[in-house]
Amino acid sequence: MGSDRSRLGFYLLLAPILLWLVVLIILPHIGLFLVSISEKIGPREYETGFDNYAAFFTEPLYWRTFARTAIMSIMATALTLILGFPIAYYIAKLTRGRTKTTLFLMCMIPFWVSELVRTFGWMILLRETGVISNVLQYLGLVNGPVEMLYNDAAIMVGLVYTSILFMVVPLVTTLDSLDDSLIEAGYDLGGTSTSIMREIVIPHAMPGIVSGCIVVFMLSLGNYLTPILLGGKDSLWFTGMIYTQFITRFNWELGSAFGFLLLALSSLVVFLGLKFSGQSLSETMGRP
Amino acid sequence: MTHPNPDLECRDLTKDFDAFRAVDHISFDVPQGSFFSILGPSGCGKTTLLRMIAGFQSPTSGDLRIKGKSMIGVPPNKRPVSMVFQHLALFPTMNIGDNVGFGLRQRGVSKAEIKTRVEQVLERVGLPHVSERRVDQLSGGQKQRVAIARCMVLEPDVLLLDEPLGALDLKLREHMKIELKSLQHAFNTTFVYITHDQSEALVMSDNIAVMNNGRFEQIGSPHDVYHRPDTAFVAGFVGDANKIDAKVTDVNGAMLTLATDTGSEMKVEAAGTGLTVGQRAQVFLRPEAIALGVPDAGTEGGANISRGTVETVFFNGANSTVTVKDRAGHLVKVAMPQTGDFATLQRGDAISTRWHPKQARCYAVSGGA
Repeated sequence: MGSDRSRLGFYLLLAPILLWLVVLIILPHIGLFLVSISEKIGPREYETGFDNYAAFFTEPLYWRTFARTAIMSIMATALTLILGFPIAYYIAKLTRGRTKTTLFLMCMIPFWVSELVRTFGWMILLRETGVISNVLQYLGLVNGPVEMLYNDAAIMVGLVYTSILFMVVPLVTTLDSLDDSLIEAGYDLGGTSTSIMREIVIPHAMPGIVSGCIVVFMLSLGNYLTPILLGGKDSLWFTGMIYTQFITRFNWELGSAFGFLLLALSSLVVFLGLKFSGQSLSETMGRP
Repeated sequence: MTHPNPDLECRDLTKDFDAFRAVDHISFDVPQGSFFSILGPSGCGKTTLLRMIAGFQSPTSGDLRIKGKSMIGVPPNKRPVSMVFQHLALFPTMNIGDNVGFGLRQRGVSKAEIKTRVEQVLERVGLPHVSERRVDQLSGGQKQRVAIARCMVLEPDVLLLDEPLGALDLKLREHMKIELKSLQHAFNTTFVYITHDQSEALVMSDNIAVMNNGRFEQIGSPHDVYHRPDTAFVAGFVGDANKIDAKVTDVNGAMLTLATDTGSEMKVEAAGTGLTVGQRAQVFLRPEAIALGVPDAGTEGGANISRGTVETVFFNGANSTVTVKDRAGHLVKVAMPQTGDFATLQRGDAISTRWHPKQARCYAVSGGA
């Protein structure tokens, strides 16, 4: 009887997550998939087929935007890692007590406001009549106003800025767990700062690096606001394209197909990333 | 304490942390190939001293020489010393071979040579063919040996050991004491070992420095430190001892007569203590220096004989002890003879204790209190 009761408790606890998985993740995706494989042949007339997917490959605009989104997301991830690692190392290893807490909080503070507000903040800085442009003119470094918005660099800045926290947090956690005596042992055995970083610190931080990279890559790939606002209408982003299909063109079938292609892309890149870094998903993301 | 070619020399080494002096004008030599222990309670500054030798901390003043060369300002990765860390600090992301080969890789030794030298050193510590294993696949004692091998493969002039046996269980610790000593013999390298465990220091060392409050109280052989402690701290810290507060009532050459506060009298033979009549003193008496006897067995008349009753019997195999309460109510800890004579001793039994005046150590109480 006792085991029956504990079994009931187990299922009750399991219920919310099962419900969430089935109702909010699996069902919508099945629906989306069914929509994506129906072709419209007339008003309210549909046929099953892969025409929507074929349309993606035959129209260069679609797959070029797709590739561009993937490459820029990978670049944004790499840049976030390069910027985030020294910050995380500094917080985790070179500060103690209050300073550590304060620095960690300071990384978090920008995330108290919405992504939209943060992105507008960047627009105020970067636009033609914005802060940076005015300062440059005031200093006499440029003659006329400079437009720094609406290009790929602006998108990159926005992407790195919005996602750096998600790189710093897992890195601080893994670097924190690195015993200082391991670094000291490295020096004691004749290691230099570079070799210790390469042979001791980075291998130890690898799960954090990979999990940070996965999160940042997914966030960048699925980001909608930042690329649209900072990139303007010339800088296409694949999520924007999905939005257009659903909302502007009422082409849910093509939009669903795009959605599935994006899912396939992110899964593929994460899979390759794990493969090359020799990590497993449960090791990196499954850690508390 | 001067040797022709000491491997390690410290001269007036001092380290201050803000207002706190962790290491206070310490000077010592460690001759080549010897096992030198620094023994002291936690917080006495021994770790700071070791970290200064390793180069992780720089002394506030004083000089530190290894093989005659001053190490002041030399970073840890350029010093000819290696350190076995308290928790060993084996790199968990590398296998055993890569761990041991780490130092050689930093020196740019060729891959083939690293492989042979790593195998050789692992064989010398009794762990052949473990190169491919992961760190967590080894037992505590094996990890210990790997940590030593990782240092010894670099052929350091001095090997520093920071309480490496602390994390092991008792049986293994006893075993590793002997093993460490024989490894030190085999490698013939100078070992500097810090510990708060006196039995580790006594068993393994050629010389022991007893440290307290940033200073060395005594440097000497284990025998000297145990049997001829220089100060009251050493007498109390190394080994077990009964500490008796008393007042000097008579001085006759080296023979002192003292009276405890409860009125019992005792005689201690100690030359050069500088004690005078009326001064307060502390007497340290080892439990094994006291003999148990049956009262009324014709042992009256000698010095330091007192009668009492057994208060408690602490059975601990070969280290069993008895506390005896004398007639003044004073408790004395006595080692149980292992001859079986007193095997049936029980609480409340009448017994007499006797010790030779030469067996006790006597120190003036500082401050004259």
